[in-house]
Amino acid sequence: MNIIVCVKQVPDPEAPPASFKIDSATNKVIPPPGVPPVISPFDEQAVEAALRVKDAKGGKITVISLGVNLLRDVVKKPLSMGADELILLEDPAYVDGDSWTTAYALAMAIKKIGQFDLIFCGRQAADTDAGQVGSAIAEILGIPSVTVARKIEVNESKVKVEKVTADGFDVIETSMPALITVSNELGEPRYATIKGIMAAKRKEPIIWKPADISADPAKLGAAGKRMAMLKLFQPVKEGKCEMVTGENEEDAAANLAKKLVEAKLLS
Amino acid sequence: MAENKGVMIVAEFLNGKLAAISKELLGAGSKLAKDLGEELSVVFIGEGIAGIAPEAIAQGADKVYVVDDVLLKEYLTDAYVAVAEKVIQQVNPRIVLAGQTTLGRDFTPRLAFRLNAAATMDCIDLSIEAGTKKLLMTKPVYGGNARAIFTSEVLPNVATVRVKAMTALAPDASRKGEVVTITAGLDAAAIRTNVLQKVVQEVQGIKLEDATVIVSGGRGMGGPEGFKQLASLAKLLRGAAGASRPPCDSGWVPETMQVGLTGKIVSPDVYIAVAISGSSQHLAGCGGSKNIIAINCDAEANIFKEARFGVVGDWKKVVPALETKLKELLGR
Ligand SMILES: Cc1cc2nc3c(=O)[nH]c(=O)nc-3n(C[C@H](O)[C@H](O)[C@H](O)COP(=O)(O)OP(=O)(O)OC[C@H]3O[C@@H](n4cnc5c(N)ncnc54)[C@H](O)[C@@H]3O)c2cc1C
Ligand SMILES: Nc1ncnc2c1ncn2[C@@H]1O[C@H](COP(=O)(O)O)[C@@H](O)[C@H]1O
Repeated sequence: MNIIVCVKQVPDPEAPPASFKIDSATNKVIPPPGVPPVISPFDEQAVEAALRVKDAKGGKITVISLGVNLLRDVVKKPLSMGADELILLEDPAYVDGDSWTTAYALAMAIKKIGQFDLIFCGRQAADTDAGQVGSAIAEILGIPSVTVARKIEVNESKVKVEKVTADGFDVIETSMPALITVSNELGEPRYATIKGIMAAKRKEPIIWKPADISADPAKLGAAGKRMAMLKLFQPVKEGKCEMVTGENEEDAAANLAKKLVEAKLLS
Repeated sequence: MAENKGVMIVAEFLNGKLAAISKELLGAGSKLAKDLGEELSVVFIGEGIAGIAPEAIAQGADKVYVVDDVLLKEYLTDAYVAVAEKVIQQVNPRIVLAGQTTLGRDFTPRLAFRLNAAATMDCIDLSIEAGTKKLLMTKPVYGGNARAIFTSEVLPNVATVRVKAMTALAPDASRKGEVVTITAGLDAAAIRTNVLQKVVQEVQGIKLEDATVIVSGGRGMGGPEGFKQLASLAKLLRGAAGASRPPCDSGWVPETMQVGLTGKIVSPDVYIAVAISGSSQHLAGCGGSKNIIAINCDAEANIFKEARFGVVGDWKKVVPALETKLKELLGR
């Protein structure tokens, strides 16, 4: 099995909301001091999904990440978890685009890799909260896609996917090659092993510039984008919580009950 | 090619009726269509759905495009995208809107890319820029910590809209509209996925999306036991029980109870958040509640910034006392 996983470096989404700041002049996020970026959590789950397929069927896992200032400690994490190879699309020409330009570049890199049975993405990146790039790669490559997976099982030439739905899950079968986006219901990603960390340290990522993947510069980054972001801002919060107290916790709870009934919130 | 014109909604159905999200989309779409001075249409994709057309017209649609085919009985990405592409090529709308639902999340990006456009997912506000007629799309990003306003450089402008973010119009049975049938013309061989099984994890009692009172628990509940207590409080309040993501990930409660950005979007009158810290991703799902009540042992927890009433304390003491007192006051 040849498996490709697309992972994105993002600001840590679990950082305290109070540390989140925007530079309104540039419409960009100001990285909170002392909080390093991470691999978008669903992408780590996508790596885990790939590792589970590799555990069952054997094969090779190639990880691709597109961006600039990609911290080696961050983007090498999939290697330390057990992935085999890391390709970085690291160049200013790739960034400041949109999901279309990102998907185009990733699809061109995947074409260059050539051989693949499965591509895994996260169900959505923790910065864009979009959930498009996976489907877009599948569309560009002309392969089927199944989104929001919680379980993946490969049999012969077919793959069976449990797709999370609002009230349960669907079991969907498709042919390979296919693209699958992965959700947290898959389960916790595995920890890196000491052996994996050592191996990852020694492994240098392969860097592909736009010319290496035969990308049309007019379709990349800011030059190729279809969407324009006019403004990035933080919603204002009112923050007028009435703290209900009492002699002790039980008493505070009883006072809360009174307040809720008095305010006619409950009846 | 002719000019792109009008607003088109992609409908979803539930039990032979228009789904709530589709009514919300028609509500939002009518306003946009009015501001543009253009038409509002809706596309029905499915099997045996033509009879629902009057409902869509009553909710604001000027035209209903019906594509009815046995191959469209259940949602399959390839089939639905192919049909929608065909309808859009024929009608040439300026704006295409779907819901941020199980279907819309899967369908919309693929459709947009097939049309050589890009989608904006999970919008909470849509408006037309006067003069340019551009659609301004506001969506939460960074897990809800920020919002971004996007416009599209290409047409059609494709977007999904968050559930409960828009308001449906009051149905008007006297509205007139046109129903147009379009043949699917699908090639079964081009449909590459196959649904083997649909598994529904039944929840007892009131559904989260419909509840006016919700009692949700978080990681601080410490295990499945505490959720019995929350379920009992929810029952007393004739509401539903929910959860943040960690209790679902840990298997304390079913995954379908998850509230948040990637779980259910709820907007009850009262949302009681117990041992939930108030991450932006959780608030993305419950921030639309009329009143949030927070119970947390950490006075600094972010949830208090969003709450109307709060109690600082251990849920093990607070929740039972709250239930006892409410039982007494409500006479149940
Ligand atoms: C892309 C992305 C999508 C996500 N989507 C969602 C989503 O849809 N929904 C969601 O919920 N999360 C989601 N998350 C996860 C989210 O970031 C948080 O990790 C999660 O919401 C935290 O859940 P929590 O508040 O229950 O846990 P914690 O943040 O660990 O908070 C537990 C709280 O319990 C309190 N506590 C502990 N013990 C007690 C006690 N005895 N009595 C009272 N209080 C107590 C603590 O003070 C603390 O405030 C997502 C994350 C990412 C990155
Ligand atoms: N810059 C990137 N590099 C690698 N993969 C990416 C990148 N952007 C998006 N992806 C993949 O596409 C998924 C969906 O991204 P999005 O559409 O932005 O929500 C992510 O979870 C990743 O798997």
